Amino acid sequence: MSFLVLYAEEYEEIKEILTALKKETNSRIALIVEKNGQPIAFAGEMDGVDTTSLGSLVAGNVAATEGLAKMLGEESFPLMFNEGAKENLHITLIGDKFILAVLFDKRTSLGLVRLRARNAALKLEKVFSRLEAKMMQEREKLGGGENPLEDLSEEDIEKLFK
Amino acid sequence: MAMINPRQKELIAKIVYYGPGLGGKTTNLKYIFDHTSPSSRGELVTLNTQGDRTLFFDVLPLNLGTIKGYRIRFQLYTVPGQVFYSESRKIILRGVDGIVFVADSQRERMDANIESIEDLQENLRQYNYSFATMPYVLQLNKRDLPTAVPVDEMKKLLVLKGEPVVEAIAIRGVGVMETLKEIAKLVLINLKKEFR
Repeated sequence: MSFLVLYAEEYEEIKEILTALKKETNSRIALIVEKNGQPIAFAGEMDGVDTTSLGSLVAGNVAATEGLAKMLGEESFPLMFNEGAKENLHITLIGDKFILAVLFDKRTSLGLVRLRARNAALKLEKVFSRLEAKMMQEREKLGGGENPLEDLSEEDIEKLFK
Repeated sequence: MAMINPRQKELIAKIVYYGPGLGGKTTNLKYIFDHTSPSSRGELVTLNTQGDRTLFFDVLPLNLGTIKGYRIRFQLYTVPGQVFYSESRKIILRGVDGIVFVADSQRERMDANIESIEDLQENLRQYNYSFATMPYVLQLNKRDLPTAVPVDEMKKLLVLKGEPVVEAIAIRGVGVMETLKEIAKLVLINLKKEFR
């Protein structure tokens, strides 16, 4: 399938898990990115942060690290950690399609973030597999309800470029 | 892989600008960045080598507007053109919804164009993406240079499936928005088909 539908129910659930993770770890931002760079959902202080750019860089970073893992004979490096002077970035893979990134500072510790992120990733993995199953089931319905492109006309496209 | 978020009323798709090194892929993105209002685009992120060559990728988030209440957002990526960055190019193609091939019109770059198109097809094959159905636009860039190969000759060499061809001088913005519009059109029409 060449698209992903984030149904409201699952989207809310994903956001709840992120919000809880952010709160429990006292981190700044918890973010989910698809491996191809699409930001899916986030919780936290996003003011002044370009989520799309952040998403694509996180995904690029993961992709490069995975390439590295394969070169070294590893299947993947499911955990990544970048430590800065003020900010730290913790990255966990969720299954084989999504990435959980947590941005945190001195208000919390790596140990806590790692523990909670691992638990959150397990919960998120379940939500995403449900989402995928739902997409397969409801594929037909999409044409009737949630498809914004259903009546797409040349005129609509022209309007985008005026 | 495009994403639809009914709650946020958003549709996000990924476009990749592909082509040989120094062909003008980043120039296309820079022009779009400079000529769209800050409210309808994000930051242009470029990962360059010291010599100003794209090392990994550039990415520019762009809001095109709304269709039926949905915000249509495109992420424009470039790949590093230099031959030895093959692995990076493959990574960036992951989940692509549409491709712009930026060909360099200079005669001495024809081999590089062909090599890059072959590399593109090989990378798509490795992901099991079908080139035949992939939204695809060919941009003939650098039309102003003295050694530019005539358009017909370039078409014979590079057109693969009757794709739209746009003549461009990306550095002056000629053909840049037209290319974007062509690929946007194809991507949206293709997604419409996919949803059925």
